[in-house]
Amino acid sequence: MSKQENGRHPSEGTLITGDTLEHAHGGFTRRDMMRTLLAGSIMTMGGTGLLTASGSVMAQTGKRGGKMRIATQTSSTADTLDPAKTAHSTDYTRVHMFYNGLTKLDGKLAPQMVLAEEMLTNDAITWTVKLRKGVVFHDGKPLTPADVVYSIMRHKDPATASKVKVVADQFESVKATGPNEVQIKLTSANADLPVILATAQFLIIRDGTTDFSTPNGTGAFKVKEFTPGVRTIGVRNENYWKPGLPYLDEVELFGIPDEAARVNALLSGDVHWINDVNARSTGRVKSTPGYTVMETKSGQYTDLVMRQDVAPGSSMDFTLGMKYLLDREQIKMAAFRGYAVTANDQPIDPTNRFYFAGLPQRPYDPDKAKFHLQKAGVLGSTIPVVASVAATGSVDMAVLMQQSAAKIGLKLDVKRVPADGYWSNQWMKVPVGFGNINPRPSADILLTQFFKSDAQWNESGWKNPQFDQLVVAARGETDFNKRKAMYADMQTLIHEKCGLGIPVFIINLEGVSTKVKGIDPVPLGAFMNYTCAEYVWLDA
Amino acid sequence: MNGMVLRLIVRCLLQAVLTLLLVSAGVFFITNLLPGDAAQTALGQAATPETVAALRLQYGLDLPAPVRYAHWLGNLLSGNPGMSLVNHVPVSQMIGGRLPASLTLAAVTALVSVPLALFLGIFSAMYRGSLFDRVVNVSAVSMVSVPEFLVATVAVIIFAVKLRWLSALSHAGDAATLGAFIKAYAMPVMTLCCVIVAQMTRMTRAAVIDQLRSSYAEMALLKGVRRTRIVLRHALPNAIGPIANAVALSLSYLLGGVVIVESIFNYPGIATLMIDAVTTRDMPLVQACSMIFCAGYLLLVLTADVVAILSNPRLKTR
Repeated sequence: MSKQENGRHPSEGTLITGDTLEHAHGGFTRRDMMRTLLAGSIMTMGGTGLLTASGSVMAQTGKRGGKMRIATQTSSTADTLDPAKTAHSTDYTRVHMFYNGLTKLDGKLAPQMVLAEEMLTNDAITWTVKLRKGVVFHDGKPLTPADVVYSIMRHKDPATASKVKVVADQFESVKATGPNEVQIKLTSANADLPVILATAQFLIIRDGTTDFSTPNGTGAFKVKEFTPGVRTIGVRNENYWKPGLPYLDEVELFGIPDEAARVNALLSGDVHWINDVNARSTGRVKSTPGYTVMETKSGQYTDLVMRQDVAPGSSMDFTLGMKYLLDREQIKMAAFRGYAVTANDQPIDPTNRFYFAGLPQRPYDPDKAKFHLQKAGVLGSTIPVVASVAATGSVDMAVLMQQSAAKIGLKLDVKRVPADGYWSNQWMKVPVGFGNINPRPSADILLTQFFKSDAQWNESGWKNPQFDQLVVAARGETDFNKRKAMYADMQTLIHEKCGLGIPVFIINLEGVSTKVKGIDPVPLGAFMNYTCAEYVWLDA
Repeated sequence: MNGMVLRLIVRCLLQAVLTLLLVSAGVFFITNLLPGDAAQTALGQAATPETVAALRLQYGLDLPAPVRYAHWLGNLLSGNPGMSLVNHVPVSQMIGGRLPASLTLAAVTALVSVPLALFLGIFSAMYRGSLFDRVVNVSAVSMVSVPEFLVATVAVIIFAVKLRWLSALSHAGDAATLGAFIKAYAMPVMTLCCVIVAQMTRMTRAAVIDQLRSSYAEMALLKGVRRTRIVLRHALPNAIGPIANAVALSLSYLLGGVVIVESIFNYPGIATLMIDAVTTRDMPLVQACSMIFCAGYLLLVLTADVVAILSNPRLKTR
């Protein structure tokens, strides 16, 4: 099926920069290719023990010592040291101080090896993970296959209450097959396993850990203080397995929920790095000497959700009409002050290697909207739309749509509801509402979790058998070109048929002191995808 | 007289226990009406029926609400406020880390604000209608009307961002030396003083003026007693009752109502802890915090009543 459709897309055969490896070995068999692909990312690390090319640059110029303070937008008594329960940027940043994953993601969201030395597979179902030797936990015990087995399998137990239980359900078995080797068997082929294992929840903990009051990981820092809702302080792990790292003596992490207070703390020199800077404050930060605003483009979006299993979303014309009513330029300027990238009613953003640039952009077109909405028979009636501050920018978006709709004779009744309880009581339950989706590490994870017919968070209740087949086929496909073509098809299907209006991708804004050096942004999350403590240094 | 004070205190204590019980029941059942429970909130977007059910079982949320309440109450009576649902740390430990910080902030603020407010209030009453009185009045009214987040933010921008004299954040634990202590507490205390000094000043002024208007004060004046003596010897002792109540009300605010100051200065106090507990639906923690706030309030009001009785000159002559 994919072969037939490949020909239709202009993307086919286009050389994608950054993925030259796959093309260079295009003539190989699929099996060889997979081995080479994964070995390639290992080879770049070389025998020096340093992770990436930029890592060795850091080693030359990095400066040891100093204490860095990071302030995030949220912190509460729910703060945790259990990777499985981590829920937001503060948690991710905290656990990355103390633990390592098997893999990590680089600036192009491609996987790099960390505690795994290599990951080999022939069919993307059975994977052999060779573990790095000489890695010890903070308590002095060496890293063993049992630790990896425990760290992964615990997510399948509902009692762990893991955030990634749905992802972990695809692990059929994980077992030790040698002194430094683990075999992971999946229920079905997934070429993205190294990407999945790079997420914060899959960080490696000691076998049998149930008490998370003190973190026992292999990470670059040891805990000095952890008070939920107050702060976390980590001090350098002198026995860290990466030579020369970390540069910092100490890292302090805490939350300042009020945005103005967070920016003030940065500009007064009390903290070095903050996330979640409001577009309003960018001028202030930029105009203060010694501070910069870091913009990270990512796949975060706030979307208009029209349930397809109830009226009015059950009418295809209604969904289309509403999508034509989205004035993307205005939303970008009014709701996000220009810090957004125009989107096209599909969830794969331009930073992703599977982004389909050939999909024609849907414009703001009140005439077409009127045509479709008239056909759906809703003109003249009142449609309730639920918005909340819980879904960033949704209130502004709803009001803008209300104005556009009024011009063509559709009355939108914007119901503004509190953030409290929004995700459990309103999201995906109201016929027309809004969602907010954080970037996911891979296209497959995003599409599986949010768009497949049986997806847990299928926001609009969209069901499309053709799409489902494509998701599964692309997941097991190890040929990059074929895979990219399949993702292009999926993006087209979502763009045309799904009950979601995705007007823009939101740009993440962070405020940083220019004293912080060695920053290498990752288009997935703040603080270099939450791993900054390990790599940056302070230039006094 | 001692017997009367004792009787009063015993009666107040009994009332306090009853009030605490009613408040705990009220808080428990009202928070149960909030959408979502601790299990759903903890899982957020990642909630699936299976994980929610498992977590509810772990948290004991599968039991009916009245049973959970009775369970909690029983534990509390045996001196155990329970475990936090959200991070499995004893509630006493979580509060133990935060309560001293809150009490320190409240104590420092009280030490600064109470004498200041009494001084301003008494003097503006003595010189009623003077320029001093009018300046105090106008500034008190304007300070009450400016919201504290504005005071705090403007103070931070001036003293921390522009002048760089003080720190924009206030970590209670880091204040080892007197200099560090002043640096950490200067701005939060100043912000809180702006709010409560104004209130206390106005109440004190009103109470003293009320006494000065009475016939015995007029009589003293006609007899040729000096104004200072009239105020300090005659009017003030009679005004202490209402003043003590005004002070108690203002101070009770310092315990639970300072959430804005706590969050702007990132001060690890108990008000933010309570807000956290409500947002994560961590019932044992919500209950414990509301008990502390309620007990603190009752204690302050009781003290104010006792002070009012002890200072009442009419009772003294008996």
